[in-house]
Amino acid sequence: MAYVIIGSCIKDDSCIEVCPVDCIHPKPGDPDFESAEQLYIDPVECIDCDACVEACPVDAIYAEAWTPEKDQYAIELNAEFFLQRAARDGAPA
Amino acid sequence: MARPAVRVAVVGAGPAGAFSAAQLRSWGVGEIDLFERLPTPWGLLRGGVAPDHQEIKRLEQTFDRQTLGRGCRLLANVEVGTDISHAELMEHYNAVVYATGAQTDKSLGIPGEDLPGSWAATEFVAWYNGHPDHREREFDLSGKRAVVIGNGNVAADVVRLLTRDLGELERTDVADHALDALRDSQIEEVVVLGRRGPAQAAFTSAELRELGNLDGVDIVVDPADVELDPVSREWLDEEGTFTARKNVELLREFAAREPTGAARRIVLRFLSSPVAIRGGDRVEAIDVRRNEIVRSGDGSLRARATDDPVETIECGLVLRSVGYRAVPLPDVPFDENYYVLPNDRGRVLAADGEPLPGVYAVGWIKRGPTGILGTNKRDAAETVARVVEDIEAGGLPDPPKGGDDLDALLAERKPDLVGVDGWRSINEQELEAGRSADRPRVKLASRDELLSATKPAQPA
Repeated sequence: MAYVIIGSCIKDDSCIEVCPVDCIHPKPGDPDFESAEQLYIDPVECIDCDACVEACPVDAIYAEAWTPEKDQYAIELNAEFFLQRAARDGAPA
Repeated sequence: MARPAVRVAVVGAGPAGAFSAAQLRSWGVGEIDLFERLPTPWGLLRGGVAPDHQEIKRLEQTFDRQTLGRGCRLLANVEVGTDISHAELMEHYNAVVYATGAQTDKSLGIPGEDLPGSWAATEFVAWYNGHPDHREREFDLSGKRAVVIGNGNVAADVVRLLTRDLGELERTDVADHALDALRDSQIEEVVVLGRRGPAQAAFTSAELRELGNLDGVDIVVDPADVELDPVSREWLDEEGTFTARKNVELLREFAAREPTGAARRIVLRFLSSPVAIRGGDRVEAIDVRRNEIVRSGDGSLRARATDDPVETIECGLVLRSVGYRAVPLPDVPFDENYYVLPNDRGRVLAADGEPLPGVYAVGWIKRGPTGILGTNKRDAAETVARVVEDIEAGGLPDPPKGGDDLDALLAERKPDLVGVDGWRSINEQELEAGRSADRPRVKLASRDELLSATKPAQPA
């Protein structure tokens, strides 16, 4: 399980500031930060601590199991962001 | 640690102003006044963000808690530059932070742009969001086809508002006058024109996905349009953003869909630039030229006109959504090339390039109309850091007058000033009306209604 950020993310970094395992990207200063339409949670790293859910001012973060029907696409989207990022950086996915 | 006693005016209570006020407060600035031209705060969060994106409007609660809830004053229904001058602000505050945004739209510069029936999309947005300056506008929705020019988030918003099921809109805080007009809308097809190709569309993938998921609406994309040209294909593979790749995936999926014969249709067209809007006494058609993608000298991809024959699309409404533009503020330097206040990381610069002591900029008036809501939080952090540096260096001007003088001046000039209590009263009445109608809020959409609501409602 993991947490998931949906498309209503406003990229205000509140979640990044509270994430204890640094699993929310891209971060300000990253080369792909400005072009990113939202932030994403790395499902491999996320520890389901709920801190980001509390911090998000627009309720754009859900536990995977509780992601609304219309936003279910975001589960795969969050994971895919990190797979593509790893592939692009040549780092192991 | 006690902070030096400093008074700061933030001009504009939109997201950039609200984030700035919150951060100044959090650092320890004692007196912060949030000036706002309208009787209501939060700028485009109230008047721009689409009513069917209600979840984003929850940010209002954060703004309220971090500013008004922590002792920042609201001085709304006061227009800086008209009701009170820049020089007068400087007489009463140590620092003035301009957060006035970008209040007008870019023009296309094509014939017929000003024909009745051709509007800036932002005017339509302000109207359906209950902006009091746009209450009296009348959009003719009697034609069967509307054309939206542009591929950004405003374009996506107006397309949804023109096509979305009325039952869904009725559960939002869309302005009642807009709901009435949309109820009688005859529009069956909305054609969306993008200057560049599918790989360069400015939509976010979330916005595109949403357009493809509207109940009772078909989305139409010409399969030929999603066959990328070699330049775009190479760009997408080598440099394309995650969003661009998702957009192309989504558009290919849309192109493969069979129309269901739904009552309304969204037609996304790419590589299409309007060259003229035509009609006698109102819009009747738009002429569109085909573009191709070329790589320009600096490596960026741009659209270039082809020699293909110009195509004419009949339509009764044109909404132009090609960007916002800031307007100059009286007595404050303005960069006429970039339409911003000339500034160094938020410090406004005089003509000689030196900072004007105590004058700052934040948000769109500082960086131009780019980024999303959260961008303003980082932008505010940069500007607030400059204010703090200047406070700590003792570099802020010492104003000859204080808070009591300002209050006396405003009491004389603006007896209908809306303060925190007035706004809370408006807010409570709108929310209460929403509760009885099973809507998040019912907006008061004229200045008169808003101003009369600043007094608590009388028990019936």
